[in-house]
Amino acid sequence: MANIEMDGKALSVPDGSTVIDAADAAGIYIPRFCYHKKLSVAANCRMCLVEVEKAPKLLPACATPVMEGMKVQTRSPKALAAQKAVMEFMLINHPLDCPICDQGGECQLQDLAVGYGKGGSRYQEEKRVVLNKNIGPLISTDMTRCIHCTRCVRFGQEIGGIMEMGQIGRGEHSEITPFLGHAVSSELSGNMIDLCPVGALTSKPFRYKARSWELKHTASVAPHDSLGSNIEIHSKNGTVLRVVPRENEEINQCWLSDRDRFAYEGLAAKDRLRRPMIKQNDVWRECDWQYALDFAVHALQALKEKHGAQQVGALATPQATVEELFLLQKVMRGMGSDNVDFRLRQSDFSADAGLQGAPWLGMAVAEVSKLDSVLLVGTNLRADHPLLALRLRQAAKHGARVSLLNPLDDDLFMPLAAKAIVSPAAMAETLDQVRRVLAGETVSGDAQKIAANLQQGESKAVLLGNLAQHHPQFSELHSLAQQIAAACGAKLGFLGESANSVGGYLAGALPAAGGLNAGAMLNNAPKATILLGVEPEGDTYNPAQAMAALRSADLVVALSAYKSPTLLKSADVLLPIAPFSETSGTFVSTEGRVQSFAAAVKPLGEARPAWKVLRVLGNLLALDGFDYDSSEQVRDVALTGAVSVKLNNTLKTLKPLSKVTHGALQRVGDVSAYHADAIVRRATSLQTSHAAANNARMNGALLSSLGLCEGVLIKVSQGEGSAELKAARDDKLPDACVRVAAGSAATATLGGLFDEIKVERA
Amino acid sequence: MDRIKDFFSTFLLIELLKGMAVTGRYMFARKITIQFPEERTPMSPRFRGLHALRRYPNGEERCIACKLCETICPALAINIELAQRDDGSRRTTRYDIDLTKCIFCGFCEESCPVDAIVETRIFDYHGESRGDLLYTKDKLLAVGDKNEEQIAKDKAADARYR
Repeated sequence: MANIEMDGKALSVPDGSTVIDAADAAGIYIPRFCYHKKLSVAANCRMCLVEVEKAPKLLPACATPVMEGMKVQTRSPKALAAQKAVMEFMLINHPLDCPICDQGGECQLQDLAVGYGKGGSRYQEEKRVVLNKNIGPLISTDMTRCIHCTRCVRFGQEIGGIMEMGQIGRGEHSEITPFLGHAVSSELSGNMIDLCPVGALTSKPFRYKARSWELKHTASVAPHDSLGSNIEIHSKNGTVLRVVPRENEEINQCWLSDRDRFAYEGLAAKDRLRRPMIKQNDVWRECDWQYALDFAVHALQALKEKHGAQQVGALATPQATVEELFLLQKVMRGMGSDNVDFRLRQSDFSADAGLQGAPWLGMAVAEVSKLDSVLLVGTNLRADHPLLALRLRQAAKHGARVSLLNPLDDDLFMPLAAKAIVSPAAMAETLDQVRRVLAGETVSGDAQKIAANLQQGESKAVLLGNLAQHHPQFSELHSLAQQIAAACGAKLGFLGESANSVGGYLAGALPAAGGLNAGAMLNNAPKATILLGVEPEGDTYNPAQAMAALRSADLVVALSAYKSPTLLKSADVLLPIAPFSETSGTFVSTEGRVQSFAAAVKPLGEARPAWKVLRVLGNLLALDGFDYDSSEQVRDVALTGAVSVKLNNTLKTLKPLSKVTHGALQRVGDVSAYHADAIVRRATSLQTSHAAANNARMNGALLSSLGLCEGVLIKVSQGEGSAELKAARDDKLPDACVRVAAGSAATATLGGLFDEIKVERA
Repeated sequence: MDRIKDFFSTFLLIELLKGMAVTGRYMFARKITIQFPEERTPMSPRFRGLHALRRYPNGEERCIACKLCETICPALAINIELAQRDDGSRRTTRYDIDLTKCIFCGFCEESCPVDAIVETRIFDYHGESRGDLLYTKDKLLAVGDKNEEQIAKDKAADARYR
């Protein structure tokens, strides 16, 4: 600790901290533009100049480390004069177009100009003009407003992992620009909007929508990945206008992924369901709630009488809240059925019997950035868990060894110590090799390197990603990962797939007494099926099969926020429910953190929060225990006791490695980031910014052996279903694999994510 | 002494005569009655009457939808919605002033960075139903178009004091 004096106050601050850190801790505000606590120090805006005793000149507070006995004056006449002079220079080339600037009202330059600026300008000459750059559909630019703080540049270099913006030219000719002809496309690019202290980078979907001061702020939790990022929903007149991060050092720090930031556009999609609808004689018509619920209840009861409770089932999206999942399983169990599940994209359920709790991350999110060695198994990390990727990047920066066992080799923007890129069918085998090395055997190849990396370091982890969880050999991967973790003293963890993947287990929304799981129900649907927020074409392991199964069911009651075309084909009753922004609820994040949130806006039209719909459904079905007044009551019943004791990744019985036979070509069906759930699929800006993902990708050898070339239209087929896609070359893919991302409408006709696939020229 | 004075003035009707003298004087003085609406009193260029939205000489509307008037309005009488126009500029899609709420304080005019919203000299407007006093963007622009000459003159006259 160093003892310093600032503005006459005696302070004791940690050694090595800077003057600005000390000032912030003491509540003394020093004006700044380029300094940001999460970025490196650039000291190029010069706004934070302070007077230090015995220093001949003023020093930038952000770049000056404290020293014992230092005496700092932040508001002495000399410091103030310097700060005012810097402000005058800042404003020389600033267009002062605050009235039409979206940053107006939340602009650091505007705020500080009130305190440090002059009433008028002494600058008579022409101001410089910088041409705007089109950097994609997410960020709009007004580069004349830029004050060259280089926060966006440093963000790309240090946090995002890819430098998407850079500074060219010197002095008056310097410009911030993306690489020529490139749009900004990283999964964290939206953070540059928050970082920009002026209106140079602003949100394009939010452009000219509202003023910052007229927005209603509601604290909420991001529903698009399992991290539980804290967000703030900004709304006006009952419409969600934007989403910004809410700082939480333990989860998302001050960052937010683009998916969480821009997906709100899907909340106002044209095909939102506003009124209940029923299908009679193959014609859909709108009706009132009473009629729709009566219809659903009578049909459910009649089918239960006729076929027994075993022919009643329910499927839910893992994006549903704990309350909704709890009430759904309560309705099912009340009707005497155990057929309820939320793990729609899982294909291998054979480990269920051995599960001793809810699979979770195995550690706190904050610990991820402190890992020394980590093995990632089957994950499209940057797409599925952008902020966990950021945490791992921080770890890798501090020397962590990151190993990867994956069918994909998308750049993770971090150095990998070892990687094994193998076809999905070979993943279990390769993982078994790693296990064997750790058990003392010697094998050749990547497994040896991965094992060697896992043997080093103190804090270690084996993390199973989404691809591993969707994998047809998931239980084997799980068993092997557990053995590897045990052998090298690592923690075993799951990168949860969706906002409430852990919450679904805790709410009991899965078969407990021999009922049908999601795989079985989507293969052969019960006669009466309730869908909670499920869109079979995008949310399931095998969309073609799921749609066929649902079409063969006698009754499908769909609680959905959207009038999706497949639901119109397969459902009989559509009940409009509220998405996360319009309902109160709780998510349990992948680290087991229980986070409740309130509704930001009123439900659209006649939509109602799903927990209320399920409560009424329970009452109409004459089931006991559905007298809840609030979602908090439901939550307290659903999550009794400590959550931490219910989290467990260890399997009681390990599954031995089985021999798999697979066809000539295997599909690698990662779920593309912006097609992961119903809301994101309708977020127009995200869709336009990442439209190119709908290709069938394969490596060059496979392309030429099939007689194809890049860019030609090909027909890919799985079973009955087929789709026409463009062929694309990706030499990083393993042999005999065709990567066709799932989730989008273009690939909804295809089958299982990791099943055999046929390719021919269209 | 005062009591004697009061006593006599009580029945000599001195006050009455004084009052009649004033009446008599004004009977012959020049009349100041204004024959409204044929005649009008002089007005300050700062008069705060009916609102108008102005245009630039090339016909482009001035308002840039900065929302400062809406924000400053103490009576919450202004309601603005905005969007990006096809040419990329920032424009209002709705600009309503509820004149039944307006207190004619002139803050909107003062806050406007582009002199778009102004208060004209018009004060003798009326509405036959309540909705007539909700002035929409079209109505406000029409008022501006009709009175632009006077508005420009008033603005010029007041410019040196701003």
